[in-house]
Amino acid sequence: MHEMSLAEGVLQLIEDAARQQEFARVTTVWLEIGQLSGVEIEAMKFCFDAVTRDSIADGARLEIIALPGTGWCMKCAMTVPMAEVFGECPQCGSHQMQVTSGTEMRVKELEVA
Amino acid sequence: MCTTCGCGPDEVMIDGEHSHHEHEHVHADGTTHSHAHQHDHGHVAGAAHEHVHEDPQAHSHRHSYAPAHAHAPGVGTRRMVQIEQDILSKNNAYAAQNRQRLADRGIFALNLVSSPGSGKTTLLVKTIELLKGRQRVAVIEGDQQTSQDAERIRATGAPAIQINTGKGCHLDAHMVGHAMGKLELPDDSLLMIENVGNLVCPAAFDLGEAHKVVILSVTEGEDKPIKYPDMFRAATLMLMNKCDLLPHLTFSVRRAIEFARRVNPGIEVIEVSATTGEGMDAWLAWLERGASAAAERKRAAVEAPKPPIAELEAHLSPAS
Repeated sequence: MHEMSLAEGVLQLIEDAARQQEFARVTTVWLEIGQLSGVEIEAMKFCFDAVTRDSIADGARLEIIALPGTGWCMKCAMTVPMAEVFGECPQCGSHQMQVTSGTEMRVKELEVA
Repeated sequence: MCTTCGCGPDEVMIDGEHSHHEHEHVHADGTTHSHAHQHDHGHVAGAAHEHVHEDPQAHSHRHSYAPAHAHAPGVGTRRMVQIEQDILSKNNAYAAQNRQRLADRGIFALNLVSSPGSGKTTLLVKTIELLKGRQRVAVIEGDQQTSQDAERIRATGAPAIQINTGKGCHLDAHMVGHAMGKLELPDDSLLMIENVGNLVCPAAFDLGEAHKVVILSVTEGEDKPIKYPDMFRAATLMLMNKCDLLPHLTFSVRRAIEFARRVNPGIEVIEVSATTGEGMDAWLAWLERGASAAAERKRAAVEAPKPPIAELEAHLSPAS
């Protein structure tokens, strides 16, 4: 949706960590992105390359860990898999669903030198 | 640049002034370098555009050298660093600060979001006029360019401040915090934040508001809630605006509400027309309920610590 702002957020977190933990170079970045977060993975990779140019993460590899979406179906009263935020319950077809996971956008860890 | 809407983060202006910004960069060699500048702009129509730096050399450099790197590349120097932080954590921290400032003052803040042209500003002007003498209102206006909307609000007598996001496609909590500082916000008032017209990006950026209110005008498609689900999921209330035009349209209110509840089963809906005033009573009642609840929470928080202080004073008073 707004991958450029998100990529800048990632770089800020990396730079904060670089100051605190004294590293000079980042070689790999692992992001956890939920299936329901609305983040377009290809756009994220493109933007990450653009914003990290001439930074300490220049040329770093971006690894995406995709997290599955799940929701609570109010009719079935149970947690079921969800592919879209407005998806229907795979058990009963109801739209009375609350997303319970899959909206994550996190920087998990870095490989640094 | 945002690949969805072409926005970039630069060029933010609050009522025609650049907000004081500080940049910090970490260079590839591990040194950090930070500098801040303050620009003052005096614009006269057609006049040359001039930046005045108080001190052209006022860049402060802070170098912190990492230990010397004498290792051969890739030999035994690599390590893993755990981060485990939300990408939006910085924005969320600013939003939490804003929310606390608002709660301390009993201010009920709303983040109004919609597509461009849904009638947000007209609805806001009408709302302020109807609330005159009942509820004090201040407004933060977000647009990419111009301060026309803030001027329209000020014409009603309500204080308003304009944030121009430049290429940015949404307001963020940091900009709103600055704008709140510049605006006269009375205690127990209503703060309306009119976001940039965009149904995508503002969904993810918490500004510290009590609720997001999404405005869908009946001249738009009734399936917008499922086309832009993030925004309708993030909102507490959907205002269906321009309802006076329904007799001329094929728009089905029932279907639009069905689509909205499909992405957000709990969303409240009020049908309004800023032009004829239809439905405005229900909207004003919703606002006043929220505002009095916020004022009440503040009062309760202020009064809560009093009994222990009285006890403490009783303890401290000299025994006779």
